[in-house]
Amino acid sequence: MKNDIILCGVGGQGILSIAAVIGLAAVENRLFLKQSEVHGMSQRGGDVQSHFRLSDNHVYSDIIPYGQADLIISVEPMESLRYLPWLSKKGWLVTNSNPFNNIPDYPPLDEILTEIRKIKNNIILDADATAKEAGSVRAGNIVILGAASPFIEMSFSSLENAIRKLFTRKGEEIVEVNLKALRAGKSFVNQ
Amino acid sequence: MKNRLLLGDEAIAQAAIDAGLSGMYAYPGTPSTEIMEYIQLSGVAAGRNIHREWSANEKTAMEAALGMSYAGKRAMVAMKHVGLNVAADGFINAAITGVNGGLIVVSADDPSMHSSQNEQDSRFYGKFALVPCFEPSDQQEAYDMVFDAFELSEKYKTPVLLRITTRLAHSRAGIIMKEHPEPEKKLKLPSDPLQFVLLPAIARKKYKALLTSYESLKYDARISKYNSFNDAKKRDIGIITCGIAYNYLMENIGSSSKNYPVLKITAYPFPTDLIRDITARCSEILILEEGYPIIEESLRGFLDDGKKIHGRLNGAVPRDGELNPALVAKALGMQVSTGGKVPVVVRNRPPSFCKGCGHADMFTALLEAVKPYGPGHVFSDIGCYTLGALPPYNAIISCVDMGASITMAIGAADAGLFPSIAVIGDSTFTHSGMTGLLDAVTNNSPITIIISDNSTTGMTGGQKSKATGRIEQICAGIGVEREHIKVIVPLRKNHEENVCILKEEFEYKGVSIVIASRECIQTAIRRKKAEASNE
Ligand SMILES: Cc1ncc(C[n+]2csc(CCOP(=O)(O)OP(=O)(O)O)c2C)c(N)n1
Repeated sequence: MKNDIILCGVGGQGILSIAAVIGLAAVENRLFLKQSEVHGMSQRGGDVQSHFRLSDNHVYSDIIPYGQADLIISVEPMESLRYLPWLSKKGWLVTNSNPFNNIPDYPPLDEILTEIRKIKNNIILDADATAKEAGSVRAGNIVILGAASPFIEMSFSSLENAIRKLFTRKGEEIVEVNLKALRAGKSFVNQ
Repeated sequence: MKNRLLLGDEAIAQAAIDAGLSGMYAYPGTPSTEIMEYIQLSGVAAGRNIHREWSANEKTAMEAALGMSYAGKRAMVAMKHVGLNVAADGFINAAITGVNGGLIVVSADDPSMHSSQNEQDSRFYGKFALVPCFEPSDQQEAYDMVFDAFELSEKYKTPVLLRITTRLAHSRAGIIMKEHPEPEKKLKLPSDPLQFVLLPAIARKKYKALLTSYESLKYDARISKYNSFNDAKKRDIGIITCGIAYNYLMENIGSSSKNYPVLKITAYPFPTDLIRDITARCSEILILEEGYPIIEESLRGFLDDGKKIHGRLNGAVPRDGELNPALVAKALGMQVSTGGKVPVVVRNRPPSFCKGCGHADMFTALLEAVKPYGPGHVFSDIGCYTLGALPPYNAIISCVDMGASITMAIGAADAGLFPSIAVIGDSTFTHSGMTGLLDAVTNNSPITIIISDNSTTGMTGGQKSKATGRIEQICAGIGVEREHIKVIVPLRKNHEENVCILKEEFEYKGVSIVIASRECIQTAIRRKKAEASNE
């Protein structure tokens, strides 16, 4: 088994919590894992990405070869397109529909969505609204993770366990909100 | 067996703790910063009271680590690659004095310049200083090598360079850790009281000894176990990989790796006998180095009339930038997989000032104040404020090396540029701006220095800045006249007043300092969160 995932968004949008959940779940599943990210300059409102490589065998390269990602998980629509050179022909693209507009020439949203819909396997969802329904506007990331969960080759319950581990420190209420967000994301895809 | 998911940087830090480290010394710099940060957050490090404060710059860090080594304890010093330029004097001379307690120097290179001014290859420094160098190919090797590096350091009484690159530093992998950490070493002074006294007569002897031990180092087991040659039946092309390049090779040849003779190098001085071995057996050689073509140049020599060699120097691999699986596939003549193209609607999203950043308001005031003089007057430095080079500000004309804003402003003023202005951050100022300021004061240079003081080392993630709250005092102590040390608060509501102050100081024909003081917005948010959770 091999599962190559690109996680992307804008610096400050907190893709790190998604990364942490997948990482914890991978450890629980005793998978080999490499997760590479770029820190530093790129965090000041610039584009950020993280490469996740899960496998039941030793993983060599820290970065995913072009055309081999099974999944792009994006918390921002335009950013989801930046990594198409990595996406395999059979890969899935799961993205939030809410733009993060911090540049003067941000393109019209419908042009972006049109491009995303050209990808055979795409899922676009309003994660912010779903998160709000789940009880916290800040759980949008986890909603997206939920929507991507069918394409992550680990059991859903191991993602749930990872969320429990990650958020325990912040109290039971936060854990529940995030579990709800994860499930809401998943049921969006299942509908 | 303990297994933890760690960044390459964190694996190095954890290994150092497990190897009985007594002192960690560093100045922040991407991609090395997380080594010190991990030790600062470690409960074990706190329990043992391992030294773990940031240093003022890489040179002070290097020398303090050497001092700890003098006292017989294990020390590590970490920096980004350009930091080794700052620390080079101490580093190269430490090779000649030698060490007492084990000393590891971590230098984190940044090929492709994800967040750096250049992509220099620290392995050159190892060769230059005649110091052994480890270059791990993955995070587990990075962990394991720290133990060997300390032992090698103590056996040969030499500092050991640990060269890593961005991809290894900032990528997580599962690490198998030692069950039981080693105890720290006891205080024990060197047996030779003159070991660290590099008077010429002593230095000459020590240098001869260094030359001899560098030769024997090559054959030490701790070096040679990290260099391995796997022969194959098919010998059309032999492949030499250095450090992380090995992973990109294996990613491509994976299951068919038995078809290629491969020499994997992760420790230096590199083994000429192994290189002779592979070159003698194979018709052609492909060499994959993450960084400069150091081994490739040696292989080719000046005449380059031997065996056909493919690498960065003949275009088989690009001359600059980091490697990746596709570049290596191409060099192997394999088919390169590709995904889709990036659609044209995708725009660049360059980094920018955070909302509510004081640097931005400082630049707005500065631009208005400097306007009458035309463009070309504002030197700057390295930090978040370097973003002032980008639109809409286009406010600065330089970013060279830490501290260079002040000294370049001095030189330009000497040449007759007026006004000559420097913009520097608080941490950069204490890193290497203060000495330049002393030059300015003794010359009475007609320059204005704006210290954009956000009370933190912002660019690298908000580490403690050395002189928070004391910058005025420091400037006065160095000799700047009190009436030309002005403090402004860069906020929009103070704009008019700030412009006036700047204009006045630009016109002054001596050294003037304007401290634009406002806490970094990111630090402020973190501080408020921490305060709230403490209540
Ligand atoms: C010799 C050297 N060491 C470290 C760095 C990494 N570095 C770049 S900017 C910076 C921090 C600058 O802090 P400060 O001057 O306070 O400015 P701020 O980012 O807070 O605006 C550091 C450590 C470097 N580029 N060169």
